[in-house]
Amino acid sequence: MPSGNVNWVSKVLAVTEKDIVSEFRTRYAINAILMFALVTLTVISFAVGAFSPTKEVMAALFWIILFFAAMSGLAQVFIKEEESGTALALKLASDGTVIFFGKLLFNLALLFALTVIVVPLFIILLKTEPANWLFFLYAILLGNIGLAGATTIIAAIVSKATIKGALFTVLSFPVLMPLLIAVIEITKSAFLGGVFKDIAAPMQLLVAYDVVMIILSYLLFDFVWRQ
Amino acid sequence: MLKLDVLNLAKRFGARKVFESINFSLTPGESIAIVGPNGSGKSTLLRLIIGLNIPTKGKVVFSDDGEPLEFDAYRRRLALVSPYLSLYGSLTGKENLRFFAKVNGDNISDQEIDSLLAQVGLQGRGEDFVSAYSSGMLQRLKYAVALAKNAEILMLDEPSANLDESGKEAVSDIIESRRKNSILIIATNEKEEYALAERQCQLGQ
Repeated sequence: MPSGNVNWVSKVLAVTEKDIVSEFRTRYAINAILMFALVTLTVISFAVGAFSPTKEVMAALFWIILFFAAMSGLAQVFIKEEESGTALALKLASDGTVIFFGKLLFNLALLFALTVIVVPLFIILLKTEPANWLFFLYAILLGNIGLAGATTIIAAIVSKATIKGALFTVLSFPVLMPLLIAVIEITKSAFLGGVFKDIAAPMQLLVAYDVVMIILSYLLFDFVWRQ
Repeated sequence: MLKLDVLNLAKRFGARKVFESINFSLTPGESIAIVGPNGSGKSTLLRLIIGLNIPTKGKVVFSDDGEPLEFDAYRRRLALVSPYLSLYGSLTGKENLRFFAKVNGDNISDQEIDSLLAQVGLQGRGEDFVSAYSSGMLQRLKYAVALAKNAEILMLDEPSANLDESGKEAVSDIIESRRKNSILIIATNEKEEYALAERQCQLGQ
């Protein structure tokens, strides 16, 4: 009979690995995310082709693309489990914290994969690039952590609802508003070549948002997941 | 010693009464068949016992030596085979077994996986994707996942659903092998399965 000596981290990674393997085989979320990102990027590049938008507009456009692309795919992490009936097996197999952090890591991996594709395309198609790459990386790192943290718990909530897709975006938008404001502010500074003083306040907000969102999601998750 | 107490349990969906005043207690070595026609609330009662639904009245208590157990404590000791429980179609049979064992905290070797698959009659099919399994093969794999957990509480909802004769024999063997050390709860409307348990809880009367 199996021996019970798997630690918590290995269990979390098993959930993430399972989701990554399933995703590569079914392309359930990644196709939707990538297609949305590519279509939006192409449309925007055509729209702004004739004139040069300001760096402030570029920063907002970058996060609009990431936000809506993420919205089209991140919810699948729980919707797929509920719709295919595997949620029950998963509930009985492991505790809520393992599932939450496993899914959070998967959503983070998905977001970083999306970012790796969107950033070079954004730079090429919109003929712009950050003057301060370090600030840009801060924005991407902290922005993606916050996006994944908030959307993972919202995905768990909407997976029980009938109109999942629409509800996910509607619920996510107000929750993600502070994150988007802070992250666009940092990205704007990155494009304009600002100094650290310019991003200190939004950085503080972003770090606090990420910490609070992940702790709150962790505390709420068990209740949402078991019902 | 592990004990399950179902105390004055009742469930309503809006104005519709599903069942009321359900009472029974079980310890390892004891078994009960929850019987009744379609829609009488057998699966609902199983979900209430597991703690995935909230009863309208009454309560379910899992305890160990008199100490009540929280959901996570008894979940580790519980396995369910049910038509409402699905496995991952995009993973192979072996990958499913390995995944569920690992998230439950168990390391499972390839030999153990092969042995479990042989026990449920799926030898040689472990590398196939579950999406390519027939409904009977899927039911057998659910038994393999339940067996891998080595649970003290075995809950079987329609235990022979989709199984052929050899599958039904395998299920009988599994039940017999687990009967002595497990709490066994079977939900069924098949008369021949009533005898798999010592006692009956009749719903839909």
